[in-house]
Amino acid sequence: MSVLETTRASATPLAGRAQGGERSPASIVFLIALWFSLFVAFFVLIVLIITTATEGAGRLDGRLLTEYTSATPDRAGARAAILGSIWVIAVTAILTIPLGIAAAIHLEEFADNSKWWNRFIEVNIQNLAAVPAIIYGMLALGLLALLGVQNKNIVIGGAIALGLLILPVIIIATRESLRAVPQEIRHGSLALGATEWQTVQKQTLPNAVPGIATGTILALSRALGEAAPLLLLGGLVYVTFDPNGLASGFTTMPIQIFNWTGRPQLEFRELAAAASILLLGMLLVMNALAIFIRNKYQRRW
Amino acid sequence: MSTIATGGESGVHLTPPPRSRPSLTASSARTGEKIIRVLLAGAAGVSVITTFGIVASLLIPALGFFREVNPIDFLTGTRWAPQFTPASFGVLPLITATLWTTAIALAVAVPFGLGAAIFLSEYAPTQLRKVLKPMLEILAGIPTVVYGFFALQVVQTDFLRGLLNLPTGAFSVLAAGLVMGVMIIPTIASLSEDALSAVPLGMRQGSAALGANRMQTTLKVVFPAALSGIVAAVVLGISRAVGETMIVALAAGQQARVVAGPLEAGQTMTGFIASAALGDSRVGSLEYDTLFAVGLLLFILTLAMNIISIRLVRRFREAY
Repeated sequence: MSVLETTRASATPLAGRAQGGERSPASIVFLIALWFSLFVAFFVLIVLIITTATEGAGRLDGRLLTEYTSATPDRAGARAAILGSIWVIAVTAILTIPLGIAAAIHLEEFADNSKWWNRFIEVNIQNLAAVPAIIYGMLALGLLALLGVQNKNIVIGGAIALGLLILPVIIIATRESLRAVPQEIRHGSLALGATEWQTVQKQTLPNAVPGIATGTILALSRALGEAAPLLLLGGLVYVTFDPNGLASGFTTMPIQIFNWTGRPQLEFRELAAAASILLLGMLLVMNALAIFIRNKYQRRW
Repeated sequence: MSTIATGGESGVHLTPPPRSRPSLTASSARTGEKIIRVLLAGAAGVSVITTFGIVASLLIPALGFFREVNPIDFLTGTRWAPQFTPASFGVLPLITATLWTTAIALAVAVPFGLGAAIFLSEYAPTQLRKVLKPMLEILAGIPTVVYGFFALQVVQTDFLRGLLNLPTGAFSVLAAGLVMGVMIIPTIASLSEDALSAVPLGMRQGSAALGANRMQTTLKVVFPAALSGIVAAVVLGISRAVGETMIVALAAGQQARVVAGPLEAGQTMTGFIASAALGDSRVGSLEYDTLFAVGLLLFILTLAMNIISIRLVRRFREAY
């Protein structure tokens, strides 16, 4: 019986064995347990979104966008936090994207893997990707102390912490996109007399741009939601002004949510939920953009 | 978090990359190209500088700390009270809280993450998998501070205290651990799924040919074959749980004491770093150095687990 079924399975892999032993009680319990695992994950996700939305809905209004934070919950808003997040993420992007792409091009297109230092860089990047976020805050703190900067809570400090945090993510995503470009394109370009850098610049890199853009947007959305490194820079200060430069004080959305969540009054709990919805909305827009770019521009060879 | 799963393997080049055929490169070296190459290599070197920067920025203040506090007392002391006089710097209370939150998180994330991975890899049709996998990734994309809000306000306040009426205070390691577990499910599911999918189809067919049903094939053939990849996923999950900050800072509590049960509040290593960073301590003071001593311990612990995980993935890759 199984022999017959396996013959079928080789035609459509693993699709043909739904009868016989598959109906034993143990198998059915096992399958239910697997479904349950997925259900738990999605159930929590849905509960999280619904509870946050219902709690914050009443406070998701114009005040949240236009007002600065305040000791009176009624007049508090996330204006400084929204602008601070935009500032920090923009600076992070400017610092990190060129660096990450350059590093990925080196590792993927030029690096000689028989050299120990190139292998060391690879393992090092994998390691950095898994270092806890809060450690990057301590790195930025150490760096600012080294430079003798007195006021630690400045846009450039936050951008350095978040930038170094997402650099490995951008490098890894860029390498994957470069690797997906077929070798034939490189060979064709080299055969026509292009130099190696011309090949990268005119052929490999343009073909990898959609994948790089997707990976980079996802990395930046991670930076947008990250609070731990910024806590170390003292990001909890009471910011009631618009940030206006690299050395300007700032707060960000996640930090503002952290601050409001930690307060005892019920109104602040509502406010934290409303700001969470806003943050999730911003992340949703970024993720949708990433998926749109991937689906519209990514080429499959 | 497909970092380890997908990170740096040049083994996938089926044809040799252009650099291995020097005959095709220009016979006369171009200065411009050389400069560009050096710049690119320099960019890659930034990651190495980052690592050294992390080590230096943790080690220098931590050494200052250990000049004042005996490392043995630090690692074995059971009282953590850096702000008190006389101050006491026994890190064990922070470690017990970290162990509790991590253990609870793993109790959630390992079974459910593995269940999801097995379903996606062995049972789900391609179409269904294409829908379910990105949905699972959404869980990984939710900011940890939102999880922290959820852990504190919904899980601890509304669920554990309100609905279940459990004897617990405003904070508990249970609430933090449970939510952290959900947060780690995608990490474990995604890496384990990669490991399970990498097991050759022939092994499943061989098992089926011997009369095993799909469950038996999964549990007795595919799962053992993918074990090192799955262990790597779990180890990375532990590393993430130990290093997670915002959830424990909000929901686990701010009192550093030895945690004896899941319903108690406690301060983890990351929780201490977060709350100490909020206080205004001068650069060079003992409070400031304490922060980095705990940070160094955290870094060493997570680094050890990351290295184990990377090694295991590599061994698994070599096997198939």
